[in-house]
Amino acid sequence: MEALAALGGGFAVALAPHNLALALIGCVIGTAIGVLPGIGPLNAIALLLPFCLALKLPPESALILLAAVYYGSGYGGRITAILLNMPGEPSAVLTTLDGHPLARQGRGAAALAVSGIGSFLGATLSVVLMTFLSAPLAKAAVAFSPADYVALIAFALSLLGAVSDAPAPKAWAAGCLGVLLALVGVDSGTGVERFTLGALELLGGIEFTVLAIGLFAIGEILLLAEQRVRAEAAKLGGGRSLSLSELAGCLPAMLRATGIGFVIGVLPGAGASVASALSYTAEKRLHGKEGRFGQGDLRGVAAPETADNAAQIGNLVPMLSLGIPGSGTTAVLLGALLMYSITPGPLLFEQRPEVAWGLIASMYIGNAMLLLLNLPLVGLFARLLLVPASVLYPGVLALSFAGVYAVSNSAFDLLLALGFGVLGWWLRKLGVPLVPIVLGFVLGRMLEDNLRRALSLSDGDLLALLASPVSLALWAMTALALLWPLLRRRAA
Amino acid sequence: MHRRALLAAAALLPAAAGAQGFAPQNPECIAPAAPGGGFDLTCRLTTRMLNELGIVAPAIRTQNMPGGIGAVAINHINAQRRADPNVIVAVSTGSWVNMAQGRFGRFGENDVRWIGTIGADFGVIAVRRDSRFATLADLVAALRADAASVPMGAGGAVGSQDWHKAALVARAAGADPRRLRYVPFEGGGQAMAALLGGHIQVFPGDASEVRGQLEAADIRLLAVLAPQRLPGAFAAVPTAREQGVEVEWPIIRGFYGPPQMPDAAYAFWVEALRRLHAHPAWAEARNGQGLFEFNLLGAEYEALAKRRTAEFRQLAREVGLVTQAP
Repeated sequence: MEALAALGGGFAVALAPHNLALALIGCVIGTAIGVLPGIGPLNAIALLLPFCLALKLPPESALILLAAVYYGSGYGGRITAILLNMPGEPSAVLTTLDGHPLARQGRGAAALAVSGIGSFLGATLSVVLMTFLSAPLAKAAVAFSPADYVALIAFALSLLGAVSDAPAPKAWAAGCLGVLLALVGVDSGTGVERFTLGALELLGGIEFTVLAIGLFAIGEILLLAEQRVRAEAAKLGGGRSLSLSELAGCLPAMLRATGIGFVIGVLPGAGASVASALSYTAEKRLHGKEGRFGQGDLRGVAAPETADNAAQIGNLVPMLSLGIPGSGTTAVLLGALLMYSITPGPLLFEQRPEVAWGLIASMYIGNAMLLLLNLPLVGLFARLLLVPASVLYPGVLALSFAGVYAVSNSAFDLLLALGFGVLGWWLRKLGVPLVPIVLGFVLGRMLEDNLRRALSLSDGDLLALLASPVSLALWAMTALALLWPLLRRRAA
Repeated sequence: MHRRALLAAAALLPAAAGAQGFAPQNPECIAPAAPGGGFDLTCRLTTRMLNELGIVAPAIRTQNMPGGIGAVAINHINAQRRADPNVIVAVSTGSWVNMAQGRFGRFGENDVRWIGTIGADFGVIAVRRDSRFATLADLVAALRADAASVPMGAGGAVGSQDWHKAALVARAAGADPRRLRYVPFEGGGQAMAALLGGHIQVFPGDASEVRGQLEAADIRLLAVLAPQRLPGAFAAVPTAREQGVEVEWPIIRGFYGPPQMPDAAYAFWVEALRRLHAHPAWAEARNGQGLFEFNLLGAEYEALAKRRTAEFRQLAREVGLVTQAP
C-alpha cells in the first residue's frame, strides 16, 4: 500500500488552498474551451503556460492548473454536441448521435446530466487505476506494436458501418471520403506532397477543427436556415427528466466505456476519438434490438462521454510513468515540466513526488469539482436553447471562427471551413451520415501511418500484421464485426 | 561558444551604437506554428525574457501563424511586410531543411535578414539499454553491411530534420540514406515508446527529449551529434566526432526579420539578443526550453544559415527530396 501513502502526500499538496483554487480555475477554463469547437486544450495550455511562469507558480501548482484545463475540456465538448449538434471537441462527435435527438425530444438536460455523470465516473475510476497500476500499464502499453495498432484501428473501422442508421453504402462512402480528406498534406513516409493543390496552407494537412466546424456547425446552420429553423431545432422542455432507473440502466455502459477508454488512452498512439467511437459502437452492438440508438438512447450519450474522459486520464499514464507524451496535449504538459527544470521521465515519481502525486491527487478533487460544477448547471446550459436559434447558432459559429482564427491566424482555414459547411449541408440533404466522415478522417490517417510503419519494420512482410496474439485477437473481432450483419440476417 | 559570442558582439559595437536611433513600436514575434509547438515556445519565452529583463521596453506580442512548418510565415513576411522594422520570426534548423527542399515556395535563405540565435538542442542517437549496439561504431558497421538491417524511427517524416540525423549517420557509414529502414512517428514521444517497446532499434532524437529516459537508464546514447560533449546528464556520452563519425546535428533556434528590415531596426534586434545572451538570468530560462548555449549573431548567423541550407540542399538532391526548384 505504498501507493496509498504516496497518494496521501499528494493530497497534502493538492488540498492546499491555492492549489484547490487553481484546480477550480483550470476546471472552469477547461469546460469553457471544451464547449467551443475552435480552440482545444492543447492551445489553451500553451497559452496559459507563460502566465504560470510569470506568476512564479511552483511546478506542482502549474501542473495542477494545466492538467485541470486538459481533463476539464472533456466535460465541455458534450454541451454544444447535445444541444446544438455541434461537437465542441473531436471525441464529442459520437455524442451528437444520440445526444442531439434527445435534445430534440426535450430531454437535453437529461442527456447533459448522464454525460456529466459518465465523464466523472470514467475519469475518477481511471484515476484510481492510474494510482495503483501506472507503472505496469505503461510498460504494457509500449509493447503495443505498429502492427497491433493496425489491427486495433481496423477493428474500429469495421464498426463504422454500424455507427449511424444510414444505409451501409452511404456510411461506407462517407467513411471513405473522410479517409481521402486525411490524405491531404505532406506524406510522412516519403516527404511527397499529396493533394495540396499547391496551397502552402495544406502542407500540414487539414485541421480536425476546421473539418468539424464546417461539417457540423456550418452545415447545421445552412440546413436550419433553409428549413427556417423549425423542424430540426432542439426543445428546452417537454421531455422527462432523468430518472434513477434510467441512470442505473446506463451504469453498465459507463463501466464498459471506462475500461475501453482507459486502455485505449494508455496506448501512446491511439486517443480519445478512437475510445469514444469504440465504446459507442460496442454499446450499439450489445443492445442492437432493444436499444434506440441513433434516435436518442441515453446509453449512446453515456458511453462516448465516459470513454472520452477515461482515455484522457489514460493518456497521462505513459506521460507520468515513462515521460512519454502520447498526444500533442500531453507533450505540452511535459514541456511545462521541462520549463521548471524538472526532467519528465521514469524517475519523476522518485525525484519529484510532490509533482507527480500532487497531480494525481488533484485529479480526484478536480473531477469531483467538475461534477459539482456541471450537474447543477445542467439546467442553465439547457436554457441556452431559450436563445432564439437565429441568434444562438450564428453566435456559436462566430465564437468558433474566432477560436480557429486566434489559433491559426489563417483566413484560409475559415474559407476551408465554409467549404466543408456547404459540403456538410449537401451531404445531409443526401442522407449521408457525417460521423463516419469524421471517424474516417481520424482513423484513416492513423491506419495509414501505422500500416506503413508496420510494413516498413517487417520489410513488406504482410504476415507480420498477424504476428502477435493481440493483433490476432483484434483481427478476429474485426472479421466477426464485418460478418455479424450477414450472420444475423441468416439466423433471422 | 563564449568566445564566438564575444567576437560577434565586438563586431557589432558600431551597429549597436546606431541602434539607438530605433525604438520598436508594437513589436511582434511570429511563431510559425500553433500554440504549443517549438516555435511558439521560442517566441513566447524569449520575448517574455526580453521584456522582463528590460532589454525591449514595449511588450512584444506573439502571433501564431501555422502552416507548412514556416512556409506561410515566410510568404506573409515577403508579401506584406517586406520592410517592417517591428516584426521578428522564430526559425530553426527545421526551417532550413524546408528551404533546402523548396517547401517555402519561392522564398529561401536569401529572402530574410538573419538576426541571431537563442540556443541549440543537439541530436542524439538513442538505443534501448539492452541494445546490440554498444558504440556508434557498431551501428555504423551494421549500416555499412546493410543499411536496411536496422529499423529506426523518429518523430518526423522522411526528409525532416529528424530523418536527417539518421541519413547523415548512414552517409558517414558509406551507406545510401535512401535504403534506410526509417519509420516516421507522430512526435518524438511515440518514437520513444516504440524504442522502449523494441519495435525500432535506433531513435535519432534530440537531447532535450531523451533526458528523462537516459537518467533512468532505460536507454543508452551511442553519441551526441554536437561539436563538444554536452553538460550534465550527457557528460558521459561521447560525440560522434570522437568516434570518428563526422556528423553534427545542432537544432539551432533563432529569429529572422523581413528582407528589407531597415538597418537601424536590424541592429536593434541583434543588440537585443546580444544583451539577452549576456544576461545572468538567461541561462536558466534557456535551459528550461531544452536548449544548450549556442550564440551567434548578425553576419555570423547569416553565414551559418546559408552554409547549412546549401548543405541540406545538396543532400536533398542526392536522395531526391527536392520538390521544386528553390
